[in-house]
This record gives sequence, structure tokens and C-alpha cells, in this order.
Amino acid sequence: MSEVAIATRIPLDEYTSLLGQGEIDELRVLAKPLRGRSIEMINSTAVGGGVAEILNRLLPLAEELELNMRWDVMTGGDDFYGVTKAFHNALHGAPYHADPKDFEIFLACNEQNRARLPLDAEFMIIHDPQPAALIDGRKKNGNHWAWRCHIDLSHPNRAVWDFLDKFVARYDAAMFSSPEFSRSLPIPQYLFYPAIDPLSEKNRELEGGFVARTLAQYQIDPLRPILTQISRFDRLKDPVGVIRAYRIVKRYFDCQLVLAGGGASDDPEGAVVLKEVQQEANGEADIHIIELPAWAPLEVNALQRASTIVIQKSLREGFGLTVSEALWKKKPVVASAVGGIPVQIIHKHTGLLAHSVEGAAYQIRFLLSHPEIAAKLGENGYQHVKENFLITQKLKRYMTLFLAMARAK
Amino acid sequence: MNISETPFEFFTVSYLTRIGNQSAGTMTEFHKGLQECSDASIFHHTFQTLGIHHFLTEGFSNDFAQWAHADAGREDLAEQLAALDVRDYLSIAALRSDLCRVVGEYCTEHPAFSEQTALDRFYFCESVEVTLPFGLTARTLEEFRDGIVHLSHASFYFHFLSSRLRLQLQTNDFSHWLANGLGLETLADSVNHIDFYTNTLDGARAKVLRLIDREGRKG
Repeated sequence: MSEVAIATRIPLDEYTSLLGQGEIDELRVLAKPLRGRSIEMINSTAVGGGVAEILNRLLPLAEELELNMRWDVMTGGDDFYGVTKAFHNALHGAPYHADPKDFEIFLACNEQNRARLPLDAEFMIIHDPQPAALIDGRKKNGNHWAWRCHIDLSHPNRAVWDFLDKFVARYDAAMFSSPEFSRSLPIPQYLFYPAIDPLSEKNRELEGGFVARTLAQYQIDPLRPILTQISRFDRLKDPVGVIRAYRIVKRYFDCQLVLAGGGASDDPEGAVVLKEVQQEANGEADIHIIELPAWAPLEVNALQRASTIVIQKSLREGFGLTVSEALWKKKPVVASAVGGIPVQIIHKHTGLLAHSVEGAAYQIRFLLSHPEIAAKLGENGYQHVKENFLITQKLKRYMTLFLAMARAK
Repeated sequence: MNISETPFEFFTVSYLTRIGNQSAGTMTEFHKGLQECSDASIFHHTFQTLGIHHFLTEGFSNDFAQWAHADAGREDLAEQLAALDVRDYLSIAALRSDLCRVVGEYCTEHPAFSEQTALDRFYFCESVEVTLPFGLTARTLEEFRDGIVHLSHASFYFHFLSSRLRLQLQTNDFSHWLANGLGLETLADSVNHIDFYTNTLDGARAKVLRLIDREGRKG
């Protein structure tokens, strides 16, 4: 185990111009009874992945509110991470043959990590399955333990879930990104959303010149409608389906499609999917397939800001924060009604939901034909994100959880 | 200048959404869920959703109506559910009774539709509430105005919307104090008539402030 030191300071007042003084004052009011009380977050990686990205922004804000929050990362060997990757996929519904040795490796690693940490903070937040068995190290000091699950558990592999269930049931609470992901558990289950940071490189305002240069770099025409899906090259994001929807739209509108994502170069499966996408595109000049570096926040920001419509046509989705990113930029979004997306897209209010290639194409055509409705959806979407999916709201939700758990004892 | 003997104390509220054990995939299951879910669930999907989605001022009324519209595809039922105005109810029991009546009658009149599977399930959730003093009090209209300016959305929602259930009166905290603390009954009445279905919380707040300013100019 090792504590993650975060060098960045994010003054809370920098959010005032975006959110208003009242919202910032309210965070201080909620933080006041929690000052000095210890909080510990534990996950399995300090870099890469959505959880690390959120914790990197959450901790400095917690510090601004004088909360005593620390973040520890569990350590494990390649065998452990091999097992947890298989568990992760199995919990998402992928085929998995239960091997008793996998469970032994998982338990042994959790035990090693238990020995290294005091685990005595008043509020313990354990993220995702990897450190779930740390609950075995719970002290008899009456502290509060909550398990935050970021993955889609709607159709989990039975053997893996039955194994994890024994640990999760001993927590005081569990948090999921969508009601659909909740399980039958004897503990309270809460809805907790991932969040974006409006001041991060991926979401902050950009100069028009940078956006124009990004489009020029990828030879995208700024004068014609741009349909964009940002996601890694993964079959569950259905990039081929997006191209098919685009082709239907293209019969009626002279538009361009941007499919941009990272990670294909170091992910064998991603490289295969990228090839499939290139084959489907068949060299069509108006389909821009862009392989971004794994971390390219400014490019993503620019491509989203330049888009006429943002698409997220996933077949399965944990939460789909790219939807919140697009809404924050006041973009009209057409997305699949899967996972956490319907929480972000309230159909016909903050965007449009679709259930098929043809449905997605229809909704895109509708928005291209009605730019005033598209603008209204984008504006509503921005407000929805502001109220519910910003990092400040996430911190507020955590503080509410701590206050509610403390009150319950 | 009127000075109230009892100060108005501003609070803020924060909610956790607790996922319940019930969900519905058909209208029949939805009807059953409405009958059996907790009071906190009815509150969550009607009152609290107005606070969360206050920026939707066109055609969004409550989560039940939205599900009937977007997932079950039953526009006529959605319209009836959306027409239920939370201001008309002094208790969750009365609101639940009307919700059940509307959906029950629909199922009886349209038995074929009542068993059709919706695109997505409705999950009954409930609100867990934490309230804390905001650290502001008011004894005069001027102090009251100043407090309202500084409130968060959640705090404004707490006093302006959810207070109706707490008071079990067809009024809100602001109007209640203006009438009973400062004796400004006309102002209290005007504030109570601001339509929060067609205003955002910021829009409603701006109207409250305008009404207070107008009252101040009289004095």
C-alpha cells in the first residue's frame, strides 16, 4: 500500500464563478461538522482510469474544506491484476471459468495489503472489487465502511459475484452509478455518480484558435456538421454501429464523422477493433478515425467543442462520462439508453436516447434539422451536469454520506 | 421597519438517493410499486426531482410522468401524471393515493397496454435527507432578502418547495414567516403564487427578490 501525494492545489473559490457563492458556502456548511474527522479512500491504481482521475481532483477540494482525507493505493503483482481483470470482465458479463486458484490469489493479495494499512479512519471508502476483501481488516472501533462500485453489475458472472457478495454484505453501505447496477444486498445502496471537473484540461474553456488548429491537424472541415464519438476502440462502444448510423444520416446531410479514442496501440483487442472500424469506413474521406494518445485531454476537449452533435452509441456502459463532458460543453447528445447514460440523458430534455443504429440515425437527423431544439437540449444538458455531475457535487454527496452514516450509528 | 420576534433561520439540505428494492417493467408492476413503495420514494420522485431538475421548465413534472412518456410510451398517461401538482397536496399519502388512482384506472381501461414491457425499467428510489443550519438568520425584511440572495439551490428548494410537506400547509417557509413573523400577508401570498413548475430555482428566487423589493419601496 502507498499513500498518493497530490501536489496540485485547487482553490475552491475558483469554482465560484461557475457555480455561485451560495453553492460554495453550502459545501463549507456541510464540511464543518466533518472537519478533522478521518476519511480514507482506497483503490487499485494511482494513474489511469476514471477512479484515479476523480480522486486526483477530489482530494485537493477536500483539503480546501479542511477534511482529513487520504488516498491509498493497494499493491499487487501481475497475477493479482490478471485475476482482477478477469473478475472485472466477468462482472460485466463476459464468459469466465471460475478457477479456485484465482480466488486464492485475490484473497492473499488483500490479506497482504490489510497487514500494511491501519484501516482505522472513521470513514473508509473502498473502490471497486480489487480491495473489497479489506473489510476483513475492519477494526472494532465502530468506523464506517462503504463500498463504491464503478462497474456495471447488471449481469454479473454468478461465481465471481457470489464470491464478492460475502465481503460487500459486511460493509455499511454500497454505492452504484445506476439503479440498474444495484444488487440484492442486506445493506443500504445509494446512487453515486462519477463526476467531471469543469476546471480540468478536458473540460475548461478553450481558445477558439486551439480548436481550429485541432480540426486543421486532423483535416476536419469546420464549415460542415461534425458528428463525434469519443471513446476507446472497443466493440462495446459500437464504433461500427456509429459508422452505419452516420451513413444513413449522410444520405440527407453533408456531414462528417469523427471517431476518436486512445489506447488501441497498447491494447491488442483495441488494435483489432480499430482495424474493423477502418475496414467499415473503407477510406471514406468524411470519416475521420483518430487514434489519440492514452491521455490527450486538450484534443478531446477541442474535438467535443467543435462538434455539432456528440454521439455515445455504446452497447454496454458503466456511466459514460464522455456524455457529461459533451453536455458541459452545451452539445446536443444522441446516446444509447444503456448503463448510466439515461441518468445523464433525460430523453427529450437533456438529449435524445436511441436503441438501435436506425434510431440513432433518426435522432441525429432530427437534431440537424432542428438546430434550435439541439441548442435547447445542449443548454439543459449543461444545467443538468452543473447540478449533478460536477466534482463539487460529488464531494457534496460524499459529505452527505458521511453525515448520514455517522447519524445512523 | 417590522422586526420579527421569531427570527427566520435558513437551513440547507443535502440528499442521498437510496436505491430501493422495487422496480417496474410493466404498467401493472408500476401500479403495484406505487402502492407499496415508501413515502420517501414518493417524495423523491415528485418533490425532490423538481429540485434536481428545476432547470427543466418545459414539460418536466415528475419522474413517474417521465417514465410513462419516455420508457413506457404512454403519452396519455404521462400527461395525466404530469398534471398532478405537488402544491395541491398536504401529505404524501394523498399524493400517493392520486398517483395510484390515475395509474390504476389506466390499467383497467387499457389492459393490453398494462402488460407491455417498457424500454427501460422504473427503479423506485428514495431520499435520505441531511439538513444543517446555513448559518444565516433574519429578523427584518432586509436581512431576509440578504439571506435569500446568498442561498444555494438546495437551501432555496428546502424552504420554497419541500417545506410544504413539513408545514403540512399549502404554503412555504418563506411565505409562512413573512405572514406570521412580519405580518406581511399580501407579500406572503404573492411569494406563494410563484410557479415553480415554469421557473427555475434561480428564476423563482429572482421573483421573490423583486416582490420583496417592491414591498420595501412601499415602506
